Amino acid sequence: MDIRTRVKSHKRKKVDGAEQYPHVLQFYSVPPTETISLQEFEEFAVERLKVLKACETAGIKHIRGTEAYNDLLHKEIRKTKLRNILKTSGKENLTEEDIYGRKLDHISHFILRLAYCRSEELRRWFLQQELDLFRYRFQNESIQGSEEFLILNNLDYTPIPSEEKEKISGELAYSISSGHVSTADFFKVYFTDALDLVKSRKVYLKGGYAYVVRDDLISILLSVYRAKLSKALSQTSRALPHLEEDDRLLPMLCGLSKRYLGQDYTNKKPSAGQITADMIEVLSKKSFPLCMQHLHQVLKREHHLKHGGRMQYGLFLKGIGMSLEEALKFWKTEFIKLIDGDKFDKQYAYNIRHNYGKEGKRADYTPYSCMKIIMSNAPGPGDSHGCPFRHTDAEMLKQKLRTNGLSKDAIEEVMTTTKRGHFQLACSKYFEYIHGGVTGDGDVPNFQHPNQYFEESQKRLNGDKGLSQSTPKTPKVVRRVPANSQTTPSQSKSQSTAQTQNSNFGELDDDFMMTEEEMGLLDQKVTN
Amino acid sequence: MSEKHNYDPASLPDLLPVYYKRLFPYGPYFRWLHYGGVPKTYFLNREFSFTLKDDVYIRYQSFVDQSDLEKEIQKHCPYKIDIGAVFSYKPKERKTIKASAFQAQEKELVFDIDMTDYDDVRKCCSGADICEKCWPLMKIACKIIHAALVDDFGFKHILWVYSGRRGVHCWVCDEEARKLSQTGRTAIAEYLSLVRGGENQTKKVSLDETLHPSIRRALNIIEGYFDKYSVKKQDFLDSPEQWDKVLALIPIEDVRKQINGLFDSLGTNSSTRLTILREQLNNAKEYKKMKMTMEEIMVQLCYPRLDVNVSKGVNHLLKSPFCVHPKTGRVCVPFDVSKVDSFNPFTVPTISQLLDEIDNCEITDTTKKVKDFKKTSLAASIEVFEKFLKNLEESWKGKLLEQSDMKMEF
Repeated sequence: MDIRTRVKSHKRKKVDGAEQYPHVLQFYSVPPTETISLQEFEEFAVERLKVLKACETAGIKHIRGTEAYNDLLHKEIRKTKLRNILKTSGKENLTEEDIYGRKLDHISHFILRLAYCRSEELRRWFLQQELDLFRYRFQNESIQGSEEFLILNNLDYTPIPSEEKEKISGELAYSISSGHVSTADFFKVYFTDALDLVKSRKVYLKGGYAYVVRDDLISILLSVYRAKLSKALSQTSRALPHLEEDDRLLPMLCGLSKRYLGQDYTNKKPSAGQITADMIEVLSKKSFPLCMQHLHQVLKREHHLKHGGRMQYGLFLKGIGMSLEEALKFWKTEFIKLIDGDKFDKQYAYNIRHNYGKEGKRADYTPYSCMKIIMSNAPGPGDSHGCPFRHTDAEMLKQKLRTNGLSKDAIEEVMTTTKRGHFQLACSKYFEYIHGGVTGDGDVPNFQHPNQYFEESQKRLNGDKGLSQSTPKTPKVVRRVPANSQTTPSQSKSQSTAQTQNSNFGELDDDFMMTEEEMGLLDQKVTN
Repeated sequence: MSEKHNYDPASLPDLLPVYYKRLFPYGPYFRWLHYGGVPKTYFLNREFSFTLKDDVYIRYQSFVDQSDLEKEIQKHCPYKIDIGAVFSYKPKERKTIKASAFQAQEKELVFDIDMTDYDDVRKCCSGADICEKCWPLMKIACKIIHAALVDDFGFKHILWVYSGRRGVHCWVCDEEARKLSQTGRTAIAEYLSLVRGGENQTKKVSLDETLHPSIRRALNIIEGYFDKYSVKKQDFLDSPEQWDKVLALIPIEDVRKQINGLFDSLGTNSSTRLTILREQLNNAKEYKKMKMTMEEIMVQLCYPRLDVNVSKGVNHLLKSPFCVHPKTGRVCVPFDVSKVDSFNPFTVPTISQLLDEIDNCEITDTTKKVKDFKKTSLAASIEVFEKFLKNLEESWKGKLLEQSDMKMEF
């Protein structure tokens, strides 16, 4: 097959590179080898970043796959230099421009891989946007174009024969939203090829095989792409420290990745030790986001938290600057009201030290971001963790807001936002009401991280400059590179180089995978 | 149970050496975890961990063969043995290799169902306690999970084990299951989870009108138990405090109020109130909005609640079969899931009972050849285990042949 394709494309070959890019879509399996100038390097990266940013914005504003979503994405991508990726396949004769577009797509993807592989949070963001982009582009393809792509990537499945279909038509009817089983194409794949569909129970399973309807093939395709990309990102991040490089690329890459994401609240060494156990009670009332405040209250009331709660709350406390010693003291004080100290030391102290990278594989764990709290590890019976805007009954949430002193109108507004599925926005609105409305410059924070909430809150309460003056024990916000940095690479060079060396490569995880559900972003209709 | 079998946790250190010397079924146990030597390193690279007296915990134990395992277990007499993953190297030697090269590669797909997770829907006990009034929940759980594993996922080698106290464990041992990635395990665990939401969510289940075939099947299983369990065992509509919890799951307030009124005026006990509930839900004006409410109630009260974190990780440890639970003294015995209805956790032998049994046998029986465990009430459980093993062994016979063919050894 390999040979045949090559011969074929030789015959057709009119333009250099047609062979390298047989389809407008690709899984980006092979890194580019061209030489490009430093200027181009940055330019390509910035352009792709614009595209990914557009994916994010479209995903927040509209439900994916809707017309509004597609229109917005189309409009935004057209404005960038990557506009060629909007083209679909199916053209017989490729022009130089077509090939150039594909090359740009290829190179820019790989540059951002370098920039966004360095922490779980970054990888998560990059992966999500890239997958959304891929989905959008794939769905624009004609049936023929998409089939060609499947064949090129050895993913050509054949539909099951109609006799087989008839036998289980009752069960198959479940997987199609409209139309009739007899007119739909079903593909039989081993269930491990369709894990997203299995996970969300969108597919009929029998004897280990999933019966996937044609419309859902994209899901299989995306999981293949996700698995590839996720693995590649892990590998890249491990290779990055060994990159022999003369201080020109890395600083720029760091700057790039900071552009659209806040900091990840790892390695906040300078602030460690400034928050003590006895300060928490007061701080929890003033500056904790609702999720952490809730965990704190449960801990006080029950003298216990289940594992999910201990992780979410414990890492948050670490993130605001509580040292290991203080953390042990803090948890022990509560837990020993129920169990004896000896049991605490044996059962729980290990985990706390583990969180601080003092046990096991000695990874320094990152505080959970809002995305992680909302999307992964939803609370089960007996659990208290999660996001109050996502995982709490409306009535109970209202009550909580009332207790915290929100006015009726304010509660109404927060609740409406919550009902629409904008959980982080609801949290930001809550923040505004708690902190006495929008500040002069109209800067409404859009929270991505509970620790960001805490720092914003401290900033508001203590004044911008006076973080460490008014409350000496509050951690200093150490931004290694300013978020939304507008500095050029050369300007921020010294600063960000230092950061790269500090960066934490220990927490990288081969199993880092995002699921369809997690990709579903907050704006998707969240049932349940 | 006769008086003399009463188990006293303080005596455990004296009983364990005899148990591990004479009763622990090393032979079948090794045959299981050796998996016929396909591949050869499977047993060698398997992690075991021991919990000793006073919660001293030693991880990353590994053994070269059955006699090594036997020797080490008898030397330490662990209070608890956990089985972990098969790693890329011998866990014992992990310190001699680079940390990044030491990776968990395979493990059985496991499920842990624990009665503690049902505390909000059982009124008889809470926490670690169980009784015959809540035990039906475990029967339902076993049946639903087992049916899904067999019918939906096509697994064949499934071992069910009573955990010794308040729940059950399930070990899926098919090759495909052992090779599953974390994502694969997570997907299966999620597929099997219907009851979601923590302390802050009252209504933990919402079902679509078109039920997924697997949920339909689960509901059929629940229906077989529901009336008897909820009315006779739990008496779940006995008092206003009880029924308030159930009525809270009805989405429309007017209907809720109306049923509440009828419960008070017409209802005499849980049975009549259940009839009222069903009738009212069926006949309500707002029926369209509540088509699935009765089903949702049944699922919330009875559907299995998995500890998904146990299932997700390749690296997660789970208590081994044939351990003795230190608090109850009961042995973690495998049981036949097709006979789960007649399985009674309160007749599972305790370690003291078993030791009494061999002592008694010795007086009457002088034939030495019989294995000790066969003389005790452990025999039935070991038979279940042997049956499971026999099927499992069939599965690798073909594999071994294939391997030797490849090496041209005839």
